[in-house]
Amino acid sequence: MMKTTCPAYRPLALAILAAAALAAVPLIGPRAVVQDLFGILCLLVLALNWNMLAGFAGLVSVGQQAFVGIGAYTMFAAVILFGLDPLAGVLLGGLVAMALAVPVACFVFRLNGAYFAIGTWVAAEIARLGLGQWKALGGGTGTSLPKGTTRDMLGVGPVKEWLGVSSAAASDIVLYWLALGLVLATLGVSWAFLRSRTGLGLQAIRDNAMAARSVGIDPVRLKALVFLLAAFGTGLCGGLLFIQITRITPDAAFSLLDWTAFVLFVVVIGGIGTLPGPIVGVVVFYALERLLSDYGSAYLIVLGLFGIAVMLFARRGLWGSLSGRTGLELLPLGHRAPAAAIRP
Amino acid sequence: MALLSLQSVSKSFGALKVTDDVSFDLQPGEALGIIGPNGAGKSTLFNLITGNLRPDSGQILLDGRDVSADSVMARCAAGIGRSFQIPQPFGHLSVYENLLVAARFGGGLAAAEAPEFCMDILRRTGLAGAADNPAGGLPLLSRKRLELARAMATRPRVLLLDEIAGGLTDAECVELVATIRAIHAEGTAIVWIEHVLHALNSVVGRLIVLNFGRLLMVGDVRTVMNSAEVREIYLGAEV
Ligand SMILES: Nc1ncnc2c1ncn2[C@@H]1O[C@H](COP(=O)(O)OP(=O)(O)O)[C@@H](O)[C@H]1O
Ligand SMILES: [Mg+2]
Repeated sequence: MMKTTCPAYRPLALAILAAAALAAVPLIGPRAVVQDLFGILCLLVLALNWNMLAGFAGLVSVGQQAFVGIGAYTMFAAVILFGLDPLAGVLLGGLVAMALAVPVACFVFRLNGAYFAIGTWVAAEIARLGLGQWKALGGGTGTSLPKGTTRDMLGVGPVKEWLGVSSAAASDIVLYWLALGLVLATLGVSWAFLRSRTGLGLQAIRDNAMAARSVGIDPVRLKALVFLLAAFGTGLCGGLLFIQITRITPDAAFSLLDWTAFVLFVVVIGGIGTLPGPIVGVVVFYALERLLSDYGSAYLIVLGLFGIAVMLFARRGLWGSLSGRTGLELLPLGHRAPAAAIRP
Repeated sequence: MALLSLQSVSKSFGALKVTDDVSFDLQPGEALGIIGPNGAGKSTLFNLITGNLRPDSGQILLDGRDVSADSVMARCAAGIGRSFQIPQPFGHLSVYENLLVAARFGGGLAAAEAPEFCMDILRRTGLAGAADNPAGGLPLLSRKRLELARAMATRPRVLLLDEIAGGLTDAECVELVATIRAIHAEGTAIVWIEHVLHALNSVVGRLIVLNFGRLLMVGDVRTVMNSAEVREIYLGAEV
């Protein structure tokens, strides 16, 4: 089938429009919606990162909560122990998560397939148990951000004045905009990365690792690079999430359900190994969550059934199936042959 | 100095000795053919040279340097290119991208130079018309061409070709021979495993005969083809 690749400007225009609409939400929407969407945007950041790992680098990690937790704890340490701005703490959280991804990679990259997955989970458990020993940050019972932390946060003052809202609302809005920015940055970087030499190499490895090595591609090197970058993005997101949550415990920061299982669900139903997949997945997830919010834990059961249905009947996820059937491609990753040269 | 040199290389799979004390030299720019019955250990020899397999004993030298401990990637970068007997395309990538990735990594070409370089190879191997097609959908013949084209894109100094002429029509075979001769004429050394002897012998100067993993004979084409031993073991009664 011919692939109908949209002209490059069309998805770009669509993306700008969507981003502008989302950016405008705090100006008109109620605070509860802003808070809700913040959580969804963070989920999307985690999903985009996990999709790079599992979908493009073949690294099926179930331990990404390690980096959410490390990012969150680093942010807390920066605020409580060093008196830094929480946003500086977020940046540090990303960097520390990336630094700690190096020893984690040394351990889990020795493992393959299911053992790799188990290895990442073990690493996350070790991090959770380890940080539970950190008495200055509350040990096993956790701690809260000091009062006024978010009120004094970078950007809250100006937003408060500009929009004439309370400090608490202004901090929600700042966090929301940062999460949106992080989504756009992650999407942009992922796209550029996948279209680069490294990204092409990753796609070759995904198709045939033996042949990839034979043309000079080092799979371990490229996969390690993705692992480190995903740890950075995931760590940033962890820090951001816990500014809004304001309270941290090892169990919440390293939650397998919240930071990996839901993420996995989002990517799988949306379409693993495609860039728009996680976006579709997160929209469906949000819709289901809204629709079923009155039914308590039944919501998780429906979510699970839906996930299983997609895996059985649309194995490439919703976006993957749609794009496979219609040939539609947003954010295409392909490299076309130079047009003038095709004529024999 | 020899470009590639194998010194007493041996490899066993369990009790089966697939490569048995094999030694030979390949001079820069030389074209060498390898013949021998199925299961003689020809493809295994390639896997030992490229690093897909490690020898149990012996050394493999490139430019006089022992590369036995080097990775497949390092040997590719050092100038060893290979085609697989069973084609191994990157199925979800286009034909053009199959070459592009080889040129960018193994070939070490910059983003600006690689596209024209790849298109040139595609034209020479008759694949230009299929450049944007997914490689996974190619018919067998084009897959074999792609093996050759992708190996060329890594800019090898020695090109290892594993049975790429099998199943071609006479006309296609003539085309293929012309392409390989042209590559050879540009100074690339070639080691070619092939059963289609008339194609092989119109390109290579020397032949190696392998049987049960042992190097039975090395010599110029005429000598080897006329040897009674080779006729008996390799060609059987048909000649
Ligand atoms: N990875 C492997 N494990 C076990 N046996 C192998 C392996 N690769 C090849 N062999 C065996 O080694 C012998 C030589 O194989 P090969 O080198 O492919 O022969 P040729 O290319 O000359 O036909 C065959 O008997 C084959 O079954
Ligand atoms: Mg063979």
